This record gives sequence, structure tokens and C-alpha cells, in this order.
Amino acid sequence: MTQLTREDVLKLARLARLDLTDEEVETYRKELSAVLDYVAQLDGVDVAGLEPTSQVTGLKNVMREDKVIDYGMSPHDLLRLAPKSQDGQIKVKRMLG
Amino acid sequence: MVWPAIADIVAKVRAGELTASELVERALAAIAEKSDYQAVIAITSERARARAAAIDAAIKNGETVGPLAGVPFIAKDNFLAFGAETTAASNILKGFNAPYQATAINRLEEAGAICVAKANLDAFGHGGSTENSDFMITKNPHDITRVPGGSSGGSAAAVALDMVPFALGTDTGGSSRQPASFSGVVGFKPTYGLISRSGVVAMASSTDTIGTLTRTVDDLAVVVDVMAGKDPLDGTTIDRDVISYTDLPADVTGKKIGVIKEFMAEGVEPGVRAQIEKAVETLKAAGADVVEVSIPSIPLALAVYYIVVPAEISSNLSRYDGQRYAYSTPDAENLEESYTKTRASGFGAEAKRRIMVGTYVLSSGYYDAYYRKAQTVRTKLINEFAEAFQQVDFLVGPTAPTTAFKIGQNTDDPLHMYLADIMTVAQSLVGIPAIVVPAGMSDGLPVGLQIMAPARQDRQLLGIAKATEKLL
Repeated sequence: MTQLTREDVLKLARLARLDLTDEEVETYRKELSAVLDYVAQLDGVDVAGLEPTSQVTGLKNVMREDKVIDYGMSPHDLLRLAPKSQDGQIKVKRMLG
Repeated sequence: MVWPAIADIVAKVRAGELTASELVERALAAIAEKSDYQAVIAITSERARARAAAIDAAIKNGETVGPLAGVPFIAKDNFLAFGAETTAASNILKGFNAPYQATAINRLEEAGAICVAKANLDAFGHGGSTENSDFMITKNPHDITRVPGGSSGGSAAAVALDMVPFALGTDTGGSSRQPASFSGVVGFKPTYGLISRSGVVAMASSTDTIGTLTRTVDDLAVVVDVMAGKDPLDGTTIDRDVISYTDLPADVTGKKIGVIKEFMAEGVEPGVRAQIEKAVETLKAAGADVVEVSIPSIPLALAVYYIVVPAEISSNLSRYDGQRYAYSTPDAENLEESYTKTRASGFGAEAKRRIMVGTYVLSSGYYDAYYRKAQTVRTKLINEFAEAFQQVDFLVGPTAPTTAFKIGQNTDDPLHMYLADIMTVAQSLVGIPAIVVPAGMSDGLPVGLQIMAPARQDRQLLGIAKATEKLL
């Protein structure tokens, strides 16, 4: 039985940049424990001599010419998508303190 | 009113007997009339009407128009498309107007197809019922108290409700196939890499594919033929078949078909089993050589999937930080708080759950035990499917163990909800193509037969599906 603690869940939430409520912490503690229990069935599987697969196409080092594609957009059009911008740059909250 | 075959629609448009504008109005009217089903998040009527007018003008001027001229379609709302917001049915993408379009959408537009609306989904594709949409629950076209399947539930329902001749979905672990089965339409997951994912909101990059939903295999083939093939903007795309996907070898005689033993084991609803067995008997009677095939590691596929996919989700969803586009929380003191609070209020419960699972299995000390182990069992699955395809040309089985379940039935237990994917995830991990064709009803609800082929044999798969569709 995988039993995550409150601290485990809070650590994951910190890594994932999620601000969870106390209630969510308890819910995810139970649910994540159940999911991890379920996937633990792989523990005993014999995989001797097998390599992991991370992609299935068999393609390697796919290159394309490094050239500009004209999307008909200006940097200004993209900046407009940002919640806040100023002087042609994306504006964010202060990083320290 | 039922839409004619796509090839017939296009022939009439080209001949000037039907205009693209009439077709767009008809689709918009059908969408409005059936709005109670909540299949659609947004309509793109302004852009659709302008495009229809341009196509009609081109035809009047005697210009050549593409193989989908005037055909209206609905795209799942995780496709970047002009004319409406692209939200992936999530609050965190609310207000996002895509600055460019998905390659799949561009290719369809170049062929003359017209996007009229964006379909509902489980937010970011996380789910099998559309109940995880942050906005609305789509209702099953055959029973409004039931789910249409998911995550491409809005797309499947839209086709089943005759809103449009075809709809785009995505399929990462069954998200086009299972709703096709639940809603009674044709649903296709191509070989991994056959159709570009550029401009589609990423879920799990090693299994994400572009799904197509239609009423018939012939309609599906026309659409797939337009979208398939390499795209410089998606480095994982593979070469398409040199022959058109509409040129289908539609004969079952002498074809060797394997029924996957593990998919017919306990846990399959009797009504589903009966329809699948009947379909298999029909194939046999038509001259197919049917055998039982075992893929012993299939029962492990769901565990592999629910490690690999959340891992990739946690990575792909890290980009939603509230700084560069879409939703951002107004109440944050500093940048760190802006991230954590934006993501906390912008992501729904299932997205958070998967991010947390993914973060856990990728975190220091657990990577080898979970992610690496899962990717190695994935290799085992790939090898077993390869062995099976040495014995048979195609594999068949059900699409899901049940028909469409009741709205709310599985929402309290995430793990139980995941079990709805048990017959579709292995094919995604292995990367092979699979198609679902309607195979009768069980207690008034559709059952879909799933047919699978080796990787890159998509055309052969569509061929056998067409033959099967005719027989059933």
C-alpha cells in the first residue's frame, strides 16, 4: 500500500506550482495513493533484456531548414495575448520578496 | 436531416447545385436547434460565412476548388483555430485567441472545408465523458441522461446529431474511439505521426494523435486523405501512403483477423460482448479467417498509461503559468504567487490530479521505479503486438467494456473512470492505428467494434473498416 503523507502532497504541489487548499491536499493524498497503488502492479513484471520506449516512430534527428516562416503576425500581436505588457515586453509581478 | 456523403456534397458544390453558404447555414441551424446537448463551446459563424462566400465566388469564377469544398466541420476545442477562442474546455485558457492555426485545420481549409464551431471536451483531453470540461457536460445523442464518451465527446455527439458531416477530435488513449463507440459514429485514431499535431494543445506528446469522427468510413477517408502526411512544424510526422486514403481495398475475404482474447475476458458487459461476437461471426461468414489471439501484457497497459501520460501531462501543462497568454490571477503579491494561484484557480480537478501524479512519478528517486519501468513495459507491449501481427492482418475487439454510462456515475472515483479506457490505451502506447465502426445496439445504446492494424497500414485499416461497415 502506497500511503502518501500530507507533506508528500505539499512537496509535489510546490514542485508543480499549485496552490492547493487544505481540502484538496487531503483529497489528492487519498486519490494519488490509490492511483499509485494501481500502477504498482508493474513492480513484478519481468522486463529483463528490454529497453524503455520513449517514442514509437523510429525517427531520429529530424531537421528542417532554419528559416523564418511568415505567420503574418507582428511581435505586437503576440504581446497583446499577455495579461500585462509594457514597452514591448511582458510585464510580470516582482520576483523577490 | 441527415447529411449526404461528403463526396456527394462536394460534387454538388463543384457543379453549382449547392453553395458553400447554404451548407454553412444548414450546419449553424442544426447546431442551434440541438444546443440542449451542449456539444459545442463556441460557434465561428462570422469567419465560416466569409469563407463560404469566398468559396462560392471562386466556383462562380470557374476556379478549381478542393476535395472538401464547402463541407462544414466542427473542431474539438483543443485545435488552435481562428474565429473563436481556443480553450481546450479549461478556465486557464479562457480568453485565448490563437495567433495561428493548427496544421490540420489549415490543410482542411486549403481543401475547402469550413470550420463552423468548436466542440466540448474533457478539459485538455483528460477524461472519458466530457464531465471534466470546465464549462459544460455534453449529453449522449441516444440518451440525454448519459455521457457521450470522451474526451472528444462534443465532436462525436456533433456528428451523431447531424450538426456537420465530420468533426475533428484527438486521441491520446482512446479519446476519439471511445466517444465514437458511445455515440454511435465512426472514430479513427491514425498511426502515431500520420497527422500533424502542430497547433493542437498538447496532452501526452508520445501518444497524442489527431482523431476524425464521421458517419461513414468513406467520409472519414476523404478527410484523412487531406490531413495525412509530413509537416515541417511537427518533427514526429511520418510519410503518408503514396496511394490515396480514399482508394480502399474493401474486402474481408481471406483476411486473417485476430480477436484479442484479453478484450473478451470478464468485465465486458454482456450486451457489448453479444454485439462484438455477432460482428465477428458476420466477418467469418463473409470469408474472413478469424482466430483468437492473445496479447498477454494488455492487462498492464492501463497502469503503463497512467504513469507515462500524467508524466507527459505534468510537463506539457507547465507552460500555463499565467504570464504570456490567457488567464492570470489578479491577486498575487509576487511572481511565484502569480504562478501558483493562477494554476490553482485555472486548472480543474482532473488536470491538477494528473499534474500531481506526473510530478510524483518524474520526481527524484521515483523516476526509475515508475516512469522508466512503465516505458520498459511499453516495449513489452510493442513486441507482443508485433508478434500478434505476424499471425494476423488485423485485430478486433470491443472499444470499451460498457456502453455509455450515466452522467455522474463515475465522477466520485477517478480510478474507476480510468477503467473506461482499458481497451484503447494499449494501441496508443504502441502507436498503431485503430478505428471504431458502429456494431449495433445494446439496450438502446450504441456499441462500437474496434479494428486495429500494424503501424502505417492506415489505408488497409480503412479498407477493412469499410467492408465491415457494409456487412454490419
